[in-house]
Amino acid sequence: MQCQVCKKSPATVHLTQIIENQVKKVDLCEACAKEKGVNDPTGFSLADLLLGLGASQKMEEANTATGAEVVCKHCGFTQADFKKSGRLGCSECYHVFADGLDALLKGMHKGTHHRGKVPPSVRKVVNQEARLAKLEAALKAAIAKEDFETAATLRDEIKQAKKALQSA
Amino acid sequence: MNVQDFLISPGEACKRSGPHDKIVLSSRVRLARNLKGAPFPGHAKKAERVKSLDVLLPAVSGLPQLAPKPFAEPLDKLSAQDKQILVERHLISREHAAKGAGSGLVLNAEESFCIMVNEEDHLRMQALRPGLQLKQAWLALDGLDSALQERVEFAFHTQYGYLTACPTNLGTGIRVSAMLHLPGLVLAEQINQIIQAVNKLGLAVRGLYGEGTEALGNIFQVSNQQTLGESESEIVERLNKVLLQVIEHEENARLSQIEKKPKVLLNHIGRAYGILAHAHSISSKETMNLLSLLRLGVDLNLFADLPKALVDELFLLSQPAHLQLRVPDKLDAEQRDSLRADMLRERLRSVQPPDAGKLGAKAE
Ligand SMILES: [Zn+2]
Ligand SMILES: [Zn+2]
Repeated sequence: MQCQVCKKSPATVHLTQIIENQVKKVDLCEACAKEKGVNDPTGFSLADLLLGLGASQKMEEANTATGAEVVCKHCGFTQADFKKSGRLGCSECYHVFADGLDALLKGMHKGTHHRGKVPPSVRKVVNQEARLAKLEAALKAAIAKEDFETAATLRDEIKQAKKALQSA
Repeated sequence: MNVQDFLISPGEACKRSGPHDKIVLSSRVRLARNLKGAPFPGHAKKAERVKSLDVLLPAVSGLPQLAPKPFAEPLDKLSAQDKQILVERHLISREHAAKGAGSGLVLNAEESFCIMVNEEDHLRMQALRPGLQLKQAWLALDGLDSALQERVEFAFHTQYGYLTACPTNLGTGIRVSAMLHLPGLVLAEQINQIIQAVNKLGLAVRGLYGEGTEALGNIFQVSNQQTLGESESEIVERLNKVLLQVIEHEENARLSQIEKKPKVLLNHIGRAYGILAHAHSISSKETMNLLSLLRLGVDLNLFADLPKALVDELFLLSQPAHLQLRVPDKLDAEQRDSLRADMLRERLRSVQPPDAGKLGAKAE
């Protein structure tokens, strides 16, 4: 069996992992295993390896469908860079290379939507959006009841809330 | 300040104890974070890395969670030996040790937090605890992360969560892991079944030391692989549940070895003691495997005067950089094996051999 990375030396390190019921296998030679950090417990993850080996293909197909090579304007990162390193160049790259990303993430993670911790600035926006929605519902109800005094107050509050949301 | 003067001595460090520490050596939670707008370290030019380091080093080291007086330095202030020592203490990754100018390290005095600046991501923040304390480690790190987010803004995407250099860390950026000592499952030849079962749950198991899939010293690390689509506490909880089961399997494997193969067990532990206490040259690999058996002997109360902390200390002191600290001249492999044996003989000199009669006796 041949090493999947260098395609030269015989593979001596065999790794198997099951992600979302898909069995994924990687066969490496000693040298490539070392280079990929398979021996380093803190650095290695099989998904990393798989990513470098083929999963990026999906992204590439999606992003090159338009013909021209996609480049991140913010940091100059290209699709070829991603294929080589399995890493992205900056946070903006996630917008630039978004097209194939979901397919890639599906095979890698539990889901494609973040369900964890949210930064305070984002949490503020979420709270403000929730407040705005509440106010708008109350306004509708007030108008339906022909309570125009309350409706006027609510309109002012909605105006304020929208302003706050824009500045956030 | 020199990092080696800052570090807790191996002897003191190994005296720390925690829940289930017969089997779980330590718990670790790591969060990956990146500054908004700045290129990730792997793609950044040196000047850009220095710029993010200049923002992060003071922001992190000033956090109240790290008080008083954390160690905070750029990595170019550390020698190759310093960095190797930190790797052997499991405080930084080998990747981080290979970095220099433009990367940095923040470590608190208790060594319960260790933050790598400009490793693969701008920040790799870790909370460390002895024994099985994943939840405590997560809560502590969550607090530190929240405090830091009042000072700096991290790259965040409403769908993908916290953005990381590698898509494998996306979302929560969390890696929860525990270091396990599983000699019972290895001796009972059940370890592969356990590894496969844990793998099926989407968790990774690997040997902490050794090449490829080999696990020297019967020490394994279990960690989550997926970071997106689940909350941090769900990930922590899932790993915790799995670990409690692994602990139970290890305990049962030890009991069944005592019951079914007491001679084999005593033979292993007695030989381990004999070689470690009397060898004049010993490789790192052999040392780790024998120390594992010695630690098992301590857990089974076979030694009257051998504290577990000493065995754990010997694990550390047997590592290459820790051995090198003892002598000024650069050691080659042969000299290292001989120095290692000298150190082990010296430290085990007053330790009495295992008492076979104690096997199976109820632990106090
Ligand atoms: Zn190869
Ligand atoms: Zn970019």
